[in-house]
Amino acid sequence: MLRVIGKRLALLIPTLFGLSVLLFLWVRSLPGGPATALLGERATPEAVARVNELYGFDQPLLLQYFTYMGKLLQGDFGTSIITGRPVLQEFATRFPATIELSVVALIFAIGIGIPLGYLAARHYGKVVDHGSVVLSLIGITIPVFFLAFILKYLFAIQWPILPPDGRQNPRINATHFTDFYVLDGILTGEYDAAWDAFQHLILPGLALGTIPLAIIVRITRASVLEVQNADYVRTARAKGLMEKTIRSRFILRNAMLPVVTTIGLQTGLLISGAVLTETVFAFNGIGSFLRDAIFELDYPVLQGFIIFIAILYALINLIVDISYTIIDPRVRVQ
Amino acid sequence: MFTSKTARGTLPTRKRAAAFTAGAAITALLLSGCVQSQREEDGGAGGEGEVDSTFVFAASSDPASLDPAFASDGESFRVSRQIFEGLVGVEPGTADPAPLLAESWETSEDGLSTTFQLKEGVTFHDGTDFNAEAVCFNFDRWYNFTGLAQAPSVSYYYNNLFRGFADSPEAAVYESCEVNGDLEATVTLAKPFAGFVPALSLPAFSMQSPTALEEFNADDIGGSSEAPQLSEYAQGNPVGTGPFKFDSWNVGEDLTISAYEEYWGEQGDVQQVIFRIIDDPQARTQALQAGTIDGFDLVSPADIPVLEEEGFMIVPRDPFTILYLGINHAVEELSDPLVRQAIHHAIDKQALIDQTLPEGTQLATQFIPDVVDGYNEDVTTYEYDPERAKELLAEAGYPDGFEVEFNYPTDVSRPYMPTPEQVFTNISAQLEEVGITVTPAPDVWTPDYLDRIQGTEDHGIHLLGWTGDYNDTDNFIGVFFGQEKMEFGFDNPELFEALSEARGMTDREEQTAMYEEINQQIAEFNPAIPLAHPAPSLAFAPRVDSYPASPVNDEVFNMIELNE
Repeated sequence: MLRVIGKRLALLIPTLFGLSVLLFLWVRSLPGGPATALLGERATPEAVARVNELYGFDQPLLLQYFTYMGKLLQGDFGTSIITGRPVLQEFATRFPATIELSVVALIFAIGIGIPLGYLAARHYGKVVDHGSVVLSLIGITIPVFFLAFILKYLFAIQWPILPPDGRQNPRINATHFTDFYVLDGILTGEYDAAWDAFQHLILPGLALGTIPLAIIVRITRASVLEVQNADYVRTARAKGLMEKTIRSRFILRNAMLPVVTTIGLQTGLLISGAVLTETVFAFNGIGSFLRDAIFELDYPVLQGFIIFIAILYALINLIVDISYTIIDPRVRVQ
Repeated sequence: MFTSKTARGTLPTRKRAAAFTAGAAITALLLSGCVQSQREEDGGAGGEGEVDSTFVFAASSDPASLDPAFASDGESFRVSRQIFEGLVGVEPGTADPAPLLAESWETSEDGLSTTFQLKEGVTFHDGTDFNAEAVCFNFDRWYNFTGLAQAPSVSYYYNNLFRGFADSPEAAVYESCEVNGDLEATVTLAKPFAGFVPALSLPAFSMQSPTALEEFNADDIGGSSEAPQLSEYAQGNPVGTGPFKFDSWNVGEDLTISAYEEYWGEQGDVQQVIFRIIDDPQARTQALQAGTIDGFDLVSPADIPVLEEEGFMIVPRDPFTILYLGINHAVEELSDPLVRQAIHHAIDKQALIDQTLPEGTQLATQFIPDVVDGYNEDVTTYEYDPERAKELLAEAGYPDGFEVEFNYPTDVSRPYMPTPEQVFTNISAQLEEVGITVTPAPDVWTPDYLDRIQGTEDHGIHLLGWTGDYNDTDNFIGVFFGQEKMEFGFDNPELFEALSEARGMTDREEQTAMYEEINQQIAEFNPAIPLAHPAPSLAFAPRVDSYPASPVNDEVFNMIELNE
């Protein structure tokens, strides 16, 4: 087991190296440059030249690359051109927000998606089934930003039962030390702050969780349908096993394999959904930060971010693989 | 299969029903809890006729820096204006200089040295006295910037107005600062600079506490190779003399300042300001509607009637902007003065303003708004006259018109141009009327659009503009037409020289007269078309009674009046 994990992690090194080269070249081949973005209407040719000179953008690419890699190997991701803060610090303050949001979205997606998909399969061809298929189709086709906008309009403006934006009401003046606001509130005993932060997560969480929800419903349904007709399920029934046992140990467990893979993939994709959701809800996570970095060509942030995401994807895949071995003993034997 | 279905029995169904009921009950409870807490918040804020002294304003981004010397963006300055004050302020509601930390000043005859008499009894938020030494400390600090601190993206205003630093004295406008006593300081310039005093009203030249600047290494912006890194001072320790002192900055979320008890001036209704960072314009409007903020800037023209109807207060600023149709003279047809005149006559500016720009927008006949020195009432104008436009085109040898690329930006809203796409559509239609065929060339604002217009020759006519910083004519027309630029692609040494000469004049009256002449010179040359001076608007919650709107954004929140 440990060997598998070690091997996986070792493979990550050349992947990241290749990625760093590609990224470096790609980011720098984008038209324009950060100097224009920084100076706006005031970008006279002299000012642009002076910024490029002082920031080192006029150096040969190879030299820029080695400087960058040298720093990177020492754990220095550089400084954001736009905000003037170290890239790592920027990630550290924003990543918890996106994780909190993703967790809520995932709980929503998994908590409703698996039971709904399962029910749909069991009542194949009935109203529940048709209903869930239609709902999941809508869930997949509706654009995230549109859904986010509708949710916000309905539940924050028309009937203001939930906050429209942000992570926490700034008037609360809560203590933060982990930057996971709900957790901070619980740890410091400021329960009102935790509750407030949680309320801020509901609407963006629902918006972000809808696509994964729809996909999980479909995959669970398909998978359960396949498994519940399998020979071993029939055999189990013939042996007179209790229906409960058959459902939990034979059907659900086996049906979960593709679902887990899907959840893993969707977790990675949540980040891209977060770009839109966070913008609509003025939610200060990694998504809205990345959007700004793209618009303003913030090289160090873009590079750091993509390397960061690559590591994240690799880790999620690793977790998915490990969970296979827990769910499916056959994988363990291989 | 069939057997197994019936074998599932009825019990689980009942259980499921119970589970659903429980789920529904919990959801209902949660939601009613939300409603409850919302009510409590609302109730708590109102409170028995007492004014809620916390004011929440939505900013479109974080400040780039809390050290105004290293900032040039609107959001940094909005915050700086609360924390800091300069020697020179702005006459409320105008763009004219007024005494602030300096009660008076006198400039020598040669225009090179200015002696400031300082206000007595002013202290910085950290207890440091504000005096002549503090003034000279600040001037010397700017002059002695080194390395990345000299980059135009970092110390933009110092670069632009004072030109050189201690290590390049030949270009520098500043020479020295002398302490004549506790409350008198003399600043000597190496070159005449008539705009010197008005320039000091810019937040970039605010007085900062020498103690805090040193303690928190304000000039240490080394950072890594690619970008300057904010100093400890600029990240969280700004110290000025203003009505508010800095409390906290939750990057990306909010920034809080609170009333400075020892402030020399008036303390208003607002005791705490929270700047919430909401970068999406739509989200700012919705936040105001939902009641989570008290106000925001740059309201989209389309939202104004809606917000007004819902009872929100719209406050327009006097315009201090210019929106123009740029013309690239490097394009053969456009280099012909007759063609440029034809384009000018083809555009119905009033219709454009009525249809696409916010209320309060003024029609532009020249490239400066009327409150700026040198505005010329009698400048040559080109009335809307499509027939004349067609005649001029025929005279220029294009009786059937010609084809031209029309560049405009997308995904952007500027104070002088809230909706570029609409402006483009409107003007295109007008040009087509006189036979000029427009090829639309949209680009994303940064970096594509700006790069293409300012850094290449690959453009035809385009939309761009400017928001002035302070009452300085050079800050408008000098920026546009002071030198040969790829944006306009013309070489007019006569105009360049005149602008350069005007800039260096010491006598303000003479300078104003010269700028009036230059404005006429520009109008005759007709290098580009001034369209409008759009008025940016702010929107506020009904609990805000008044807001000190300023054409140059010199808006200090201790002047806000609240009714609940």
